[in-house]
Amino acid sequence: MGRSLLGTGCAAYLRGMGASHLTPPTSPSFWRSPLRGPRLTALLGVVLLAGITLLFVTGLLSYAAYNPDLAGGVNDKTPGKGLLGFYLFSWPTGPYWLYRLTQGLHVTVGVALVPVLLAKLWSVIPKLFTLPPARSLGHAMERLSLLLLVGGALFEFATGLLNIQLEYVFPGSFYPLHFYGAWVFIGAFVAHVALRLPRTVRAVRERTDPAPDADDTGLVAPRPDPPTVSRRGALGLVGAGSLLLLATTAGQSIGGWWRRTALLAPHGGRDPGSGPNGFQINKSAAAVGIREQDTGADWRLTVEGGGRRVRLDRAGLLRLPQHTSALPIACVEGWSTDNQQWGGVRLRDLAALVGFEGEPPGVVVESLQLRGAFRRAALSAHQVRDPRSLLALRVGGAELSADHGHPARIIVPAAPGVLNTKWVSRLTFGEW
Amino acid sequence: MRWRERARRVRQLLSGHHWCGEGSLHLLLMLASFALTAYAGLRLLAGGQWPLVVVWFAGAALLHDLVLLPLYALADRALARYTAARGGHRAWTAYVRVPAALSALLLLVWFPLIAPSAGSAAHYEAATGLPAGVFLPRWLLLTAALFALSAVWLLCRTAAARRAGTGAVRRRRRATKQRSAPPGD
Repeated sequence: MGRSLLGTGCAAYLRGMGASHLTPPTSPSFWRSPLRGPRLTALLGVVLLAGITLLFVTGLLSYAAYNPDLAGGVNDKTPGKGLLGFYLFSWPTGPYWLYRLTQGLHVTVGVALVPVLLAKLWSVIPKLFTLPPARSLGHAMERLSLLLLVGGALFEFATGLLNIQLEYVFPGSFYPLHFYGAWVFIGAFVAHVALRLPRTVRAVRERTDPAPDADDTGLVAPRPDPPTVSRRGALGLVGAGSLLLLATTAGQSIGGWWRRTALLAPHGGRDPGSGPNGFQINKSAAAVGIREQDTGADWRLTVEGGGRRVRLDRAGLLRLPQHTSALPIACVEGWSTDNQQWGGVRLRDLAALVGFEGEPPGVVVESLQLRGAFRRAALSAHQVRDPRSLLALRVGGAELSADHGHPARIIVPAAPGVLNTKWVSRLTFGEW
Repeated sequence: MRWRERARRVRQLLSGHHWCGEGSLHLLLMLASFALTAYAGLRLLAGGQWPLVVVWFAGAALLHDLVLLPLYALADRALARYTAARGGHRAWTAYVRVPAALSALLLLVWFPLIAPSAGSAAHYEAATGLPAGVFLPRWLLLTAALFALSAVWLLCRTAAARRAGTGAVRRRRRATKQRSAPPGD
């Protein structure tokens, strides 16, 4: 059966190429699918236009959420960004679920758009082989721009999908690759939309494809095979693919019972543990080189700023006024947890220990961890002043576990998870 | 009517016969887009691994257009011919094509989790505290469920078609009988 399947396949391929009078893919009659045409391409294009715009905007928001301009660029993984950071603003602390929403959308919609992108590229593949390669200078420029468009889209999707699966095989750090790659892509994307929008609108309005000899797009097959599926059926398959990906991914962002439905998402299925510390972990203590002796009875927190320095042990921290905040952890990888009941000391109370009463400045937080890109991270004055921002010592009524940052961790509303530094050893207020 | 005139002018600028072959608006748009590309591209390639970044960028397009797309198109074509050769029931193709395509899509997107190297699996487990071995069985079960669902659907459709078919035959027979009965009988 396998052999005959392969045999039919090869025969079909040769027939497709026109075995007797070999048809190269540069000839329009090589392309046989009756589905291709401006209407299919336009419908997929409209979905991508909406989807990719959402991805770009939520991506820029995530970049702003890191506050890359703080403290001389402590959080900045792209210090050479120049004008590309033109829009940066101080990331707010409310609503507290803001980053959970924007980054959940960025990753989940990105995953669900994969079949739409693949279908769109399939629908225009004959154009790749069009001869002559360039009719004019303008046409050559447009084709170069299309290489940037297709290469950029696939580069962004590939780096994003690999990063959320913790498969860091791409050449360099994820942040600059995905950020600058997005800007390279968006230049070609905007030009492409501007050039193709009039034809797209017409194709959506007209409802039928032109005949091959009247086709101005070069997409309609001049010698089509009999259809094996309708256009509606093909679009249905693309939609089913998106829905299936959505259904097996979204639960890792929605949380609660829904996490169990995220069967193939990196933080779906179930939680790593049970009890108050059972929720999702980004980097375990062992993975970043946290040793037990560093977090035991000898652990001290150093609070510095304004020329003063205070050292506190855990008992000393517990003697300070204790507060609780119900806040989620929301990761740049798109997953998030439900609200956890954090208990600990307000960051502004810690600032007051070194003399910053009333309106405290921002803070640089240092961790005990030996590895990891954000073992030193900055929080804005705005984030320090929020009464929900804590140096947490407890969660859900229990001590923090080693993997959740024992003996003390930061928790700030609406901040990306990576800025909620675990295993904190030092807080330096207002020193930049 | 003025907007129509304006729209015509824009179309002309986009596609009119300028010295470069396209309209002057087209040229300006391309140049603006390339300026942004160059500005961001220089930063994208600023690291020590820039040749690899170029390979990834162009390679992604080439790998998709010249390997992935021909492979799945060929597989689909073979499937369509194979199912057509068996009884020529067109609908039959869809019942294999749809679950196979959906399963392949899940594999394409989640490949690093479904089939990780030993190192990747260990890294995933160390970082998240979650077991890495769950994704392959889950994907296989989802695939099985998709094919099973498709088979049940096909069975229902076939049964319904048969019932409708025999119903139609019976109705036709009855009609023929009535017509062939002598009048006034």
